[in-house]
Amino acid sequence: MYKYNDFDEAFVRERVAQFTEQVERRIDGSLTEDEFKPLRLMNGLYLQLHAYMLRVAIPYGTLNPDQMRQLAMIAERWDKGYGHFTTRQNIQFNWPQLTDVPAMLGALADVEMHCIQTSGNTIRNVTADHFAGAAKDEIADPRPVAELLRQWSTDHPEFQFLPRKFKIAVTGAEHDRAVIRAHDIGIQIVENDKGERGYRILIGGGLGRTPMIGKVVRDFLPEADLLPYCEAIVSVYNLLGRRDNKYKARIKITVHETGIDEIRAMIEDRFALLRPTFGGGDRQIFAEIQDAFAPPVFRDADEAPFVAARADDPVFRAWADTNLANHKRDDHAIVSISLKAHGATPGDATAAQMRAMADLAERYAYGELRISHEQNVILPHVARADLPAVHAGLKEAGLATANIGLISDIIACPGMDYCALATARSIPIAQEIATRFDELKLEHDIGQLKIKISGCINACGHHHVGHIGILGLDRAGVENYQITLGGDGTEDAAIGTRTGPGFSADDIVPAVERIVGAYLEHREGADEPFLQTYKRLGMAPFKAALYPEAQEKANAA
Amino acid sequence: MSRRFTPKVVTANALLEGDAVWLAADDSWVRDMTRAELLEDEEHAKARLALATGQPGRVVGAYLADAKAGPDGPEPTHFREDFRTRGPSNYPLGKQAGEDAHV
Repeated sequence: MYKYNDFDEAFVRERVAQFTEQVERRIDGSLTEDEFKPLRLMNGLYLQLHAYMLRVAIPYGTLNPDQMRQLAMIAERWDKGYGHFTTRQNIQFNWPQLTDVPAMLGALADVEMHCIQTSGNTIRNVTADHFAGAAKDEIADPRPVAELLRQWSTDHPEFQFLPRKFKIAVTGAEHDRAVIRAHDIGIQIVENDKGERGYRILIGGGLGRTPMIGKVVRDFLPEADLLPYCEAIVSVYNLLGRRDNKYKARIKITVHETGIDEIRAMIEDRFALLRPTFGGGDRQIFAEIQDAFAPPVFRDADEAPFVAARADDPVFRAWADTNLANHKRDDHAIVSISLKAHGATPGDATAAQMRAMADLAERYAYGELRISHEQNVILPHVARADLPAVHAGLKEAGLATANIGLISDIIACPGMDYCALATARSIPIAQEIATRFDELKLEHDIGQLKIKISGCINACGHHHVGHIGILGLDRAGVENYQITLGGDGTEDAAIGTRTGPGFSADDIVPAVERIVGAYLEHREGADEPFLQTYKRLGMAPFKAALYPEAQEKANAA
Repeated sequence: MSRRFTPKVVTANALLEGDAVWLAADDSWVRDMTRAELLEDEEHAKARLALATGQPGRVVGAYLADAKAGPDGPEPTHFREDFRTRGPSNYPLGKQAGEDAHV
């Protein structure tokens, strides 16, 4: 894992010192709120519905056990004993007091963490495949690329005041677990037919008010050209991007209005100018970063204890069959820890749970933890022999829910329970759906089904790419939920299609039940997942199930 | 013709704690909306909002929120303002926990 060098350490400490003084000046009246607001946002401090909220960057979702324990300490000392992991692989604390934030930033700096560029119109925390370095289908670990981009984009003088926020995601595998097609820049590590490593670069993806799937701007970018090319993209966007209208300011609109071919030509021109100015320093840094991400020394382990536990213990078997993914080594597995216990808040972990995960990572997972954009925690490398012990430890901490990828593994943004921008609540809807399908004991039969819920049009809950997407709106002073179907966040990315009129808070769970009922009725056997049934049949059977009155009316006419 | 003025309260977030507060008739900031001043006259409401925005050392983001008279004092008319009087629905935290402090 990357360790801060002297420059990183000094930079983060200096920012803590600066912000400490800025808070003092705000409180003593030397700074107005208008002056202070951009400064606090640059340090990840929002003012939400009930309190301040501090968003902590977790670069490419990677944490070590000491960092996780420090997050637990911060949650207990300055917050209310829990944290919320987000769809940007970050963590948010929902209850800090303004006067405590400098101390919280200091505590983060103690473990090489910060909140810089977790807000504002800058390049945000770079995200990556949460199975990075472990996945069987991976060409290369995407985290060195993400770390190089983090170093380049942090405090980049040209990119502190972009037209709008800017999000980059990196994957090292063909199967996209990082939703790169819904990012301002999506990067996929690829190899060309000569076996040379490089990148496929996409731009202009994004969700929000105007959802768009990213377009390929370069099919193969040589490895050495990554930073100058990314700088060219952001530089062209910085000039072209609209500053007259917040809703048209993201690069997806710039690409849409300019056209991919024209913007590609502009990027190539800019790239030709920038490339010679990089001079190879970036290459040397990249090589050093790659060393820092060398895989752990894996132990050889007989998987007999795993096989025995799987045969003997049905609870372990259910968990193993649902929450494990293939590791690049056959005697290891990737463990997904569900933060979606039925009825719990998606993405929340208590301080005790954070410590339990840190301890398990230290003992059984070579000291590595990841946060997924799906708001779960990953132990990327666990010897199969140790899985029964890991499962026992998770069970004790209330973290052994066997539902990864299933209907209760829901992404939900904080919604109007916390967020000042929200138009409706998301969390209670997620809780009710999970509780309902747990009661029905149907979720393992239903199989792979991703529900994603956003509490406003900004789509932090990725509802557009949910197999079932739910968007909470304010309709004449009442919470109302629109449904989309057929969204997909993978390499086959698709924006979901709206079913029709929305549903009240009381009617949304029964509506989801009717959709699932239609799926179970129409699927071609248990091997056909929801999304495939939807692709095969289209909207009609789901619409008929959702709006039976309309159907009756049509039949009568 | 302008729309008829409907009753309002002045509300904001406390600078230090960040929680929801309301302006009372005695110019103090209260954490219980029922103790807020219900503003039924448009000109008076404007004056009260001006007073609030002139207190950046105590509150942030003051605005006028719709309200109605209730048996114990002003009550919210919109669900967002209702949530602000209580706290989140997923945990018993915030105002519903009876946590109180002075602005």
